[in-house]
Amino acid sequence: MTTKLFGEPVRRREDARLIVGKGRYLDDIGHTALAAAFVRSPHAHARIVDIDVEGALDVEGLVAIYTYEDLTGPMAEPLPVLIPHPQLHAPRTGYALANGEVNHVGEPVVMVVATDRYVAEDICDRIVVTYEELPVVVGVDAAREAAAAVHAEIPDNVAARHHQQTADVPAALASSPRTLSFTQYIERSACTPMEGKGVHAKWDADDRSLRVYTSTQASTSVRAAIAAKLELSLDTVEVIAPDVGGGFGVKIVHPWPEELLVPLAAIALGQEVKWAEDRREHFISSAHERQQRQEITVGYDDEGRITALDVHIWHDNGAYTPYGIIVPIVTATQLVGPYVIPAYRVIVESVYTNTVIVTPYRGAGRPQGCYAMERTMDRIADDLGLDRALVRERNLIQPSQFPYDHHLTFQDGRPVIYDSGDFPGLLDKLRALVGWSEADRLRDEAASRGRLLGVGMALYVEGTGPGPYEGGHVQVLGSGKVLVSTGLTSQGQGHETAFAQIVASELGVPIEDIEVTTGDTRRFAYAVGTFASRAAVMSGNAIALAARGVKEKALRIAADVLEADPSDLEISEGVVQVKGTPGASIPLSTVAVLSNPLRYAFDEAAKQATQFARPGSDDKPPVAVGDAPGLEHRDYYSPIRSTFASGAHAAIVEIDPATWEIDVVKYAVVHDCGNVVNPMIVEGQVHGGVAQGVGGALYERMAYDKDGQLQNASFMDFLMPYASEVPDIDIDHQQTPSPLNPLGIKGAGEAGVIPGTAAIASAIEDAVGRRIAAMPISPTELYDLMRDDSSERTATAQRREAGAMA
Amino acid sequence: MSSVDTERTITVTVNGVPREATVPVRRLLSDALRHDLGLTGTHVGCEHGVCGACTVMVDGEPMRSCLLLAVQVDGASVTTVEGLAADDGTLHPVQEAFRECHALQCGFCTPGFLVTIAAGLDKRDSSAELTEEEVDDMVGGNLCRCTGYANIKKAVHYAAAAMKDGA
Repeated sequence: MTTKLFGEPVRRREDARLIVGKGRYLDDIGHTALAAAFVRSPHAHARIVDIDVEGALDVEGLVAIYTYEDLTGPMAEPLPVLIPHPQLHAPRTGYALANGEVNHVGEPVVMVVATDRYVAEDICDRIVVTYEELPVVVGVDAAREAAAAVHAEIPDNVAARHHQQTADVPAALASSPRTLSFTQYIERSACTPMEGKGVHAKWDADDRSLRVYTSTQASTSVRAAIAAKLELSLDTVEVIAPDVGGGFGVKIVHPWPEELLVPLAAIALGQEVKWAEDRREHFISSAHERQQRQEITVGYDDEGRITALDVHIWHDNGAYTPYGIIVPIVTATQLVGPYVIPAYRVIVESVYTNTVIVTPYRGAGRPQGCYAMERTMDRIADDLGLDRALVRERNLIQPSQFPYDHHLTFQDGRPVIYDSGDFPGLLDKLRALVGWSEADRLRDEAASRGRLLGVGMALYVEGTGPGPYEGGHVQVLGSGKVLVSTGLTSQGQGHETAFAQIVASELGVPIEDIEVTTGDTRRFAYAVGTFASRAAVMSGNAIALAARGVKEKALRIAADVLEADPSDLEISEGVVQVKGTPGASIPLSTVAVLSNPLRYAFDEAAKQATQFARPGSDDKPPVAVGDAPGLEHRDYYSPIRSTFASGAHAAIVEIDPATWEIDVVKYAVVHDCGNVVNPMIVEGQVHGGVAQGVGGALYERMAYDKDGQLQNASFMDFLMPYASEVPDIDIDHQQTPSPLNPLGIKGAGEAGVIPGTAAIASAIEDAVGRRIAAMPISPTELYDLMRDDSSERTATAQRREAGAMA
Repeated sequence: MSSVDTERTITVTVNGVPREATVPVRRLLSDALRHDLGLTGTHVGCEHGVCGACTVMVDGEPMRSCLLLAVQVDGASVTTVEGLAADDGTLHPVQEAFRECHALQCGFCTPGFLVTIAAGLDKRDSSAELTEEEVDDMVGGNLCRCTGYANIKKAVHYAAAAMKDGA
């Protein structure tokens, strides 16, 4: 039986083309297209005084130059605020090309179109833009202090004040046996997919239709944006996400200025136009995430049980808020993790800075929330002299408490109600996997080698698969081929394989007969996109429902032919047969032919089907009322709310007290994403997420100077982990199926990155005995912390010293 | 300036086939391969020689095609990811291994890894036991943002084992 593939580590189908260089990424398309390049602001905050193109006009190969003055109608208006929110009281977005003012280095000011990219960049160099510099705001603290304003009419720099509260927190804190307060920071990183963004547009002047390829996570929405902004009828625009070389969130933002400007030029010029982002452009004009200042007060009892939690976060949203306050909301609501928090209040002030916009990067606010909660657990344990795992254990939501309502409102506007999980189970598995009880022995053993060893852990709960919907279409052809499509896109998650596994299992057909298409508006027009660990949950279930619809119709048609009851039939290996009666069968391909009463004998399948065709009743139409020709079905999955995945990570670090180099010597992951479609793909997602988590904890940061210049806008200076920086990862699994969706699955895409910063900070603190309150941390910063006599020593370290001296 | 000063005609053996192209002298090899010769399997991830996605073999040695001008390889032999498989389409063991070990996700960095690792495996004594140091050496200079490298390392072992069996 090869068709029951759900849950199997099926090798990926997309790899066949990708390992031989036959992938089709954005810049592989349209080799005769004109090339676009951009003049971008060199200043973080400035007024544009003049744009002089005179010196560029005689460059051979110039085709067109666009500035804001050339934009009309909706294109001259600000870019959309995709996700408005009542608490986003001062939203601001940029323009496709800067309109008189620039608010971060990298903001597009002029678009040049030329015969090739080299020439286009030559022309950019010859365009002289005169700026009048304005005061610059960099970092959350400067934004808070508001000595200068990013947007003159918003003097306090506050875009949004997001607030949620589940009880009277001041009263709960006042009556708590113990409280502690602290402030900590987390820095900016970014998605940095290996392929930057890119757009190719082709206008068919005769057909008056536009085809756009874009390296996006949301092709259907890009299509709608282009139609609206360029004032085209939706039916004349098609948008396709080709092979996409990684996304991690940055490509869910839309429309990027280039996604509108490149089509605009293609239509105006009547020629194909393409723009492929270069690496420096990606650093300074895409999106970043993660910077927050977190002020936390927690109340707890002598056993370490939390009584109240009061959190005030300052979140750096960069120069504009096109993606609303999704990241602040996610931090605010996912912060509570797997714990019972009897009284919780959170305020997130989202502030403007003269830096690149902040939009979701894998985890999307969760790593920060996890960092806040888990470091709080560490502080409580340190204060009480308790084992950090024990304090966590005492606060866990128990399996008997599901569904568990946190009385918070999630990013999708729905309540934060955990559907399922087993958090004590995660913790038990983690302790065993990492060898938690061995920590003291390992610490002594490392000390004998002159190394400082520490262990840390962090738990998380991740809302995955938010709505509102995704759709799936499944069609069986007379050839036996099964076409599957969904509107959401793929950036390496193996959707062609996972969705084919689902259809093979649901429909009973060989996976070899299945072809999956994603992210192509020609095939499926309604979709939301690939983000928030939602593809498998949303499109997976939609496709399963579509396959079930096809199966139901196939059995109905086959039952008629085989003179059997549909409930007595089954489909296996692409053949419908009467259960237990071998012989009485009909190929699904033949059922597909029979499903259409118009059967020209174009092929053998149609000819053969005639032997099964039965004369219809004279008093009924050939296609029954409510029925449709063809063996196909379209269905949608729209969940009542998100389903909540969970996990627990632990890290063991060793630190060299001569160089303060931090080495993650062991990294353990226990992971629960419900039922798993393909465990090989899920493990791959965990590996990649952990690598990004380690990068975010130890290496990656956006180093802006006080003038708003990004000092490390290259792969030479922005330290993304190579193989040498990523530890070996031990993984254990737990499966608590989601009761919310037909397949019982939860999302897995982002999980791996969420607890990295928290777990590694905890491990470093455990190793060195000094408080770690700013992440990421470099060897130099750790050295500075260690030689600073005023840096806070943990109570645990003081107890260990006292113990050693006794 | 006339085109005499800014263009050169070069002859390069690409994946075993002699090719001639007239290219601007400033044209990067990566761009020449991709846009002049249509071999888009070689990817460009950073254009400053750090990520390794654009790695090709020049006379058998892995090199970053974004750090070479096309005119620099005039007369040389270049192998891209499209040329790793045998003429009959049989995949190089490392290509097979990447698929088997799930060593790629988005696939954008993959051609650079495949070419680098293939160069490393091809030049070593395949009957010798592969060491972790050799693996680190072969994968250590390229960036991947998706996989966390664990399965890439696994694939190098898998490919080396296959080559050992086949030796």
